[in-house]
Amino acid sequence: MIGGLFIYNHKGEVLISRVYRDDIGRNAVDAFRVNVIHARQQVRSPVTNIARTSFFHVKRSNIWLAAVTKQNVNATMVFEFLYKMCDVMSAYFGKISEENVKNNFVLIYELLDEILDFGYPQNSETGALKTFITQQGIKSQHHSKEEQSQITSQVTGQIGWRREGIKYRRNELFLDVLESVNLLMSPQGQVLSAHVSGRVVMKSYLSGMPECKFGMNDKIVIDKQGKGGSSEDGAKSGKQSIAIDDCTFHQCVRLSKFDSERSISFIPPDGDYELMRYRTTKDIILPFRVIPLVREVGRTKLEVKVVIKSNFKSSLLAQKIEVRIPTPLNTSGVQLICMKGKAKYKASENAIVWKVKRMAGMKESQISAEIELLPNDKKKWARPPISMNFEVPFAPSGLKVRYLKVFEPKLNYSDHDVIKWVRYIGRSGIYETRC
Amino acid sequence: MQEWANQLCENRQFGSKMTDSKYFTTTKKGEIFELKAELNSDKKEKKKEAVKKVIASMTVGKDVSALFPDVVNCMQTDNLELKKLVYLYLMNYAKSQPDMAIMAVNTFVKDCEDPNPLIRALAVRTMGCIRVDKITEYLCEPLRKCLKDEDPYVRKTAAVCVAKLHDINAQLVEDQGFLDTLKDLISDSNPMVVANAVAALSEIAESHPNSNLLDLNPQTINKLLTALNECTEWGQIFILDCLANYTPRDDRESQSICERVTPRLSHANSAVVLSAVKVLMKFMEMLPKDLDYYGTLLKKLAPPLVTLLSAEPELQYVALRNINLIVQRRPEILKHEMKVFFVKYNDPIYVKLEKLDIMIRLASQANIAQVLAELKEYATEVDVDFVRKAVRAIGRCAIKVEQSAERCVSTLLDLIQTKVNYVVQEAIVVIKDIFRKYPNKYESVIATLCENLDSLDEPEARAAMIWIVGEYAERIDNADELLESFLEGFHDESTQVQLQLLTAIVKLFLKKPTETQELVQQVLSLATQDSDNPDLRDRGYIYWRLLSTDPVAAKEVVLAEKPLISEETDLIEPTLLEELICHIGTLASVYHKPPSAFVEGSRGVQHKRLAGSSGSGESVESPDTGSAAGVSEAPPAVIPSQGDLLGDLLNLDLTPTTTGPPPPASTGMQMGAMDLLGGGLDSLMGDESEPPPIPLRTDTPQSPQLPHQSPSPPDYSPTELGGDLGGSPAMGAPFGAPPATMPASFNAPVSGGLDDLFDLAGGVGMPMGAYNPPKTLWLPAMKAKGLEISGTFVRRAGVIQMEMTLNNKAMSVMSDFAIQFNRNSFGLAPAGPLQILTPLSPNQSIEAALPLSTVGPVMKMEPLNNLQLTFPSVTNEKTAG
Repeated sequence: MIGGLFIYNHKGEVLISRVYRDDIGRNAVDAFRVNVIHARQQVRSPVTNIARTSFFHVKRSNIWLAAVTKQNVNATMVFEFLYKMCDVMSAYFGKISEENVKNNFVLIYELLDEILDFGYPQNSETGALKTFITQQGIKSQHHSKEEQSQITSQVTGQIGWRREGIKYRRNELFLDVLESVNLLMSPQGQVLSAHVSGRVVMKSYLSGMPECKFGMNDKIVIDKQGKGGSSEDGAKSGKQSIAIDDCTFHQCVRLSKFDSERSISFIPPDGDYELMRYRTTKDIILPFRVIPLVREVGRTKLEVKVVIKSNFKSSLLAQKIEVRIPTPLNTSGVQLICMKGKAKYKASENAIVWKVKRMAGMKESQISAEIELLPNDKKKWARPPISMNFEVPFAPSGLKVRYLKVFEPKLNYSDHDVIKWVRYIGRSGIYETRC
Repeated sequence: MQEWANQLCENRQFGSKMTDSKYFTTTKKGEIFELKAELNSDKKEKKKEAVKKVIASMTVGKDVSALFPDVVNCMQTDNLELKKLVYLYLMNYAKSQPDMAIMAVNTFVKDCEDPNPLIRALAVRTMGCIRVDKITEYLCEPLRKCLKDEDPYVRKTAAVCVAKLHDINAQLVEDQGFLDTLKDLISDSNPMVVANAVAALSEIAESHPNSNLLDLNPQTINKLLTALNECTEWGQIFILDCLANYTPRDDRESQSICERVTPRLSHANSAVVLSAVKVLMKFMEMLPKDLDYYGTLLKKLAPPLVTLLSAEPELQYVALRNINLIVQRRPEILKHEMKVFFVKYNDPIYVKLEKLDIMIRLASQANIAQVLAELKEYATEVDVDFVRKAVRAIGRCAIKVEQSAERCVSTLLDLIQTKVNYVVQEAIVVIKDIFRKYPNKYESVIATLCENLDSLDEPEARAAMIWIVGEYAERIDNADELLESFLEGFHDESTQVQLQLLTAIVKLFLKKPTETQELVQQVLSLATQDSDNPDLRDRGYIYWRLLSTDPVAAKEVVLAEKPLISEETDLIEPTLLEELICHIGTLASVYHKPPSAFVEGSRGVQHKRLAGSSGSGESVESPDTGSAAGVSEAPPAVIPSQGDLLGDLLNLDLTPTTTGPPPPASTGMQMGAMDLLGGGLDSLMGDESEPPPIPLRTDTPQSPQLPHQSPSPPDYSPTELGGDLGGSPAMGAPFGAPPATMPASFNAPVSGGLDDLFDLAGGVGMPMGAYNPPKTLWLPAMKAKGLEISGTFVRRAGVIQMEMTLNNKAMSVMSDFAIQFNRNSFGLAPAGPLQILTPLSPNQSIEAALPLSTVGPVMKMEPLNNLQLTFPSVTNEKTAG
């Protein structure tokens, strides 16, 4: 298991050092600094073996987190733990920076003592941790006996992510469907690969221990229901349903129930959390099409024309559109003409950046550029792909939330009393067209 | 905390060095004294601040152990935060102050009775971390109570504490009966207690391989599977990892476990997913392949594996290393998922390189066009390593998918036209391999290759080019000129190139004897008379003799038809692959090495095997179990990638032999060439205090486990031949036999294999060549406190030399090396002192050559070629080797 955990600043000075196992010596702290942080060349692997000691590291801004071990540990678990550790720290004191780590070093040691025991990760849900690891050490002494046993049963219990006795005057929940659509297209407009990776993020302000059920237009579920009705019905709804390649859930979701009935039921944590992640590859709505035209005029000139077409309902508006057209390294000057928005040649980034604030669906726009080249450069230009950024108010995968039902049998509120908000945001992931 | 922040601000104002806070940077003389006063202050707040300062100093590595009694005095407090800080201090320094640590015992024992379960747990958790014998005695009673505590939080902490105690004093844990209590906790009502008990038992069981401690039976498995649905994400990982060690009784049980594990594939935590994959991959071996469920399961595995690729880059890396193993074992799972392994522009380099590997593994006739288009894109990227690998990958595609060979070759030619130096060189190396797979098909490209002759500066590329010229000499008009141009700087070339040049010119001579006589004589004399490399010299002599005695035979030997190289390259050797599949998700699967290769001590020495393959003989009912079918397929010949050759050889040997003691955790002890010196060396390498262990070698060369034995020659890659012969006792015989003892003449049909060896051993990168036994690991670092020695014996200019590579794997500098020869059968003794003048800093290695004479005292050793050396060096350590 994990033998020790170190946190360093960007210079390699150690800010936190907690050793769990006897086989990890003080010199391990230095070994990582010398061999990884101060290494001359770029990091070639997140796992480093130095003198039979393995180091796992992740970086958050300028801060290095490193877990150390001499055993054959579960490597995936160690990385998951390091991410979790970052989440927990952010939940307690915000951004992970040198100053924040130093100012909270006692708290971090306390957390490390609680969430890692002899190198084994223990309950690391912030919701539970915050009930007994507080920054007011004295206060925790005044828990009543009942409170104490409530804490311990929550930390070790089945529903470790939620405490009992939560009360809100207004029961409310917010659902965000956040998707990032990824595309790699050939110059001829052929889709080489496209996928959507989506997340359903929830903010819940619900009283008691509510039992929730989430439904979406999952093809498998709809088809199953369709079987009961007429076949026409099935075909109709089939159009609106989507095929989900794979999905993963927050630990509150009952996985065995999903596996057998494909229903998503859970008792949600309080506040912000990510309910599920999913990935789709079929019938993706590609919000934009990029059509590049590159012509080499002699050895010193390049003519580039890029057309973008928006491909969604004309009543919707896309925002924050940015097209990035790479230019050769030996570019000496660029002349730009664009119909909409603003375009600039950024020499330091070797790219033309074209920004359009808003664009409605079913429209098109274009930019033309004349690029002057210095003749001396011998190397062939690699022509990196044209990339694009945007934000659209719908889910490119076609996912729709059908319902989110809330049941709290013990308290006096019903599903109808809960105020629910749903929002869809589609953003560009890696959205590239080769030219 | 606020104070510290204030301190920080103050530091800024004073413009002092802005690193940590003031107490870190300044080493005031009275600091410790001041802290002592503050610790003994009456004011609680002041006390707490002082303890915080102490902890801060401890963090940056300052020695504050002098404050031990004062800090321990703060332990009796009702302030939980302060208590935790004091405990933290105790864990750090108790070992250095064992007597004073006893002072803390009373508080611990008292705390274990506290009404607050959080305090009880804290006490038992901390006590287990204080590794002082006297304290552990006092720990037993409180621990026993805590294991049966009414509060689950205390029980789950106590469960882990048993593992801690076992690490300090295993006997005590057994005597006190804690193991039984721990086993009982598997039936606990609280899922987290179960998970921690499983984790603790698994760890303890690892150090008792045969204890049957984790007595897994259908009942306990059922309990574990129930807890699996209820416990935290981490607990699920512990349970799944433990489940993976279970061997189901039959395929029905196997299926029912699989069914209950598959829901885990949708967990948000990648480690839960990968551990579930491990269980499924293992238990699938038991399922009959015609079962419907088997097909369903295969289909269910693909999506979660693909999803792992959208995780953070570090997790992607681990996932890709594992997918690499999974596609080797079961290519069908991901065969339609090629696209997700396409490299993204912004992927970190380590992710890019791994994706490339998997793309090749998945390449097939169906998707080759897409793959090639991608690879061509990658070959124009910036990162040199990545580009090289992409070019190499194109060559591998050509070898793997015959239909694509032509397209691959033309792609490679396009790349050569870019004239980017490293691209050209890499392309030439792979084109040589393509020629080896499809002889007499693509010679038309030779002209283009020859145009780039001048730009080749890497030995591997030069050697490949020379091989091509020699092989196709009859079709290259100016072959003699080309080769002659290389000959000018013969002595500056690397051994690899020299060997290749020698062979190529001999080939040329046999093909065009009339005009190249002078050339061949020149190269033979360069190789035999002017070279001090015995390898080159010996090869030169063989050719010379062959040519002078019987040119016809020479032609038959040198120009014999060569076996085609195998299509699958870089596959992991099957037994190792099986073992690694059992370690999915762990470090072993990241390194692609068995745990014994990187874990010290007793842990990880157990070798895991897939259930089906070892038990397939017994399962009469279902003879067609998955693995039985898998194993019966002819194992593909493996070309280990060049750098890995040594590692692979080492790894192979570590599979358990059927009888005899299990091999030790050491890695390099069993290589073929160790026969030279016999197992006797092994016995010396341990600490001197240790009784010499029984020679552990079970005569590797004869071991049936080694796939190197009984090779069917065509499956053999030249690298392996070179390595094998070089290391084998017959050829490597005492220090390179003098040329005079060479067989006087080769009668005609010497097997083609020998020729092949000469022909390519150099070309494929055995820098030492076939006649120099390669350096073998004599002394692994772990046995010598970090000093690793590998070495070999060679004859240079008639003098026997011992050539060694010393590698400092410790974290401190080593210096003042010396060596001493014990009496041996040959009277070998150093002819001069060992010349290592510079100290060896950590992770540095140094080459040393020691001339030897044979005038030392002779003592017949048993076995005859046993040689003992003593090797003290100054870093407060002493080793024998």
